[in-house]
Amino acid sequence: MISSTPLTTAPALFSVDGLVGIIFLVMIAVTIIGGFIACSSERLVRAVAGLIVCFVGVAGLYYFLNSPFVAMMQVLIYVGAVAVTISFAIMLAAPEEQKEISTSSPLVGPLGFATAALIAGGFSILAIKTEWPVMAKINDGSVKKIGIQLLTDFSMVFELISIVLLIAIIGALVIARVRREN
Amino acid sequence: MSVLTLYNDLNSFLILGAILFGMGVYGIVSRKTFIGMLIAAELLLAGASINFMAFNRFSAPDPVVGQIFTLFIMAIAAAEAAIGLSIVIAVYHHYKSIDAEDTVQLKG
Repeated sequence: MISSTPLTTAPALFSVDGLVGIIFLVMIAVTIIGGFIACSSERLVRAVAGLIVCFVGVAGLYYFLNSPFVAMMQVLIYVGAVAVTISFAIMLAAPEEQKEISTSSPLVGPLGFATAALIAGGFSILAIKTEWPVMAKINDGSVKKIGIQLLTDFSMVFELISIVLLIAIIGALVIARVRREN
Repeated sequence: MSVLTLYNDLNSFLILGAILFGMGVYGIVSRKTFIGMLIAAELLLAGASINFMAFNRFSAPDPVVGQIFTLFIMAIAAAEAAIGLSIVIAVYHHYKSIDAEDTVQLKG
């Protein structure tokens, strides 16, 4: 488990803390490379593969944030369910032939990149410049505490989420149904 | 502050979340197909979730709330993906295309 107090001295490369740091750098690289593939590749199948790689990296980051339960749910829900659903939609709906003639302006790519870079840079500068308050922890955030709070404090939201999921399933079935021509 | 102790720093997670958010914005702006936009929207949600989890770990007094919020984001993302993809399939049946430039019947 990761120590909760910040380290003051730089760890040696092959100590335990150093190897944890290396694994963290690998997870960052996996996340960013996966996200880059997901948002910039030409073919949608490759984009979904990049999305899966990115989600695995994000699950590793959740593990570093003391939440192995959320990391497991990330792999289960995103990599297991959402990515498979998107892959099925691509196989069902995406024609593989690429359109040669594009009617969009050639400025869309650079302008979009500039907008995204402005947003990401602005958020980063905001995060670095702000002094975030640190408060004392009142519990340890374990899976047991998550379960207790889900069924006591957050029980209303829990029920609402289940209703939303039920409606989403029914709605997806109704919308995607092939209507018979009369 | 060494590069190997970055995992004990709030800012590294916040910057990573901002980068993922920027990638999602770029994907939504530059993609031409609906499925590509949906993939980029998942990147946006991943960036937001990383922010929630980072504040949950480093700054919040109760480290349960952020985890529960991230679980709710996952549930909403799953519902959004299911609805969005069924709409994409319905649009494909109707227009034989999932290109956002072809579905302009309601364009003013």
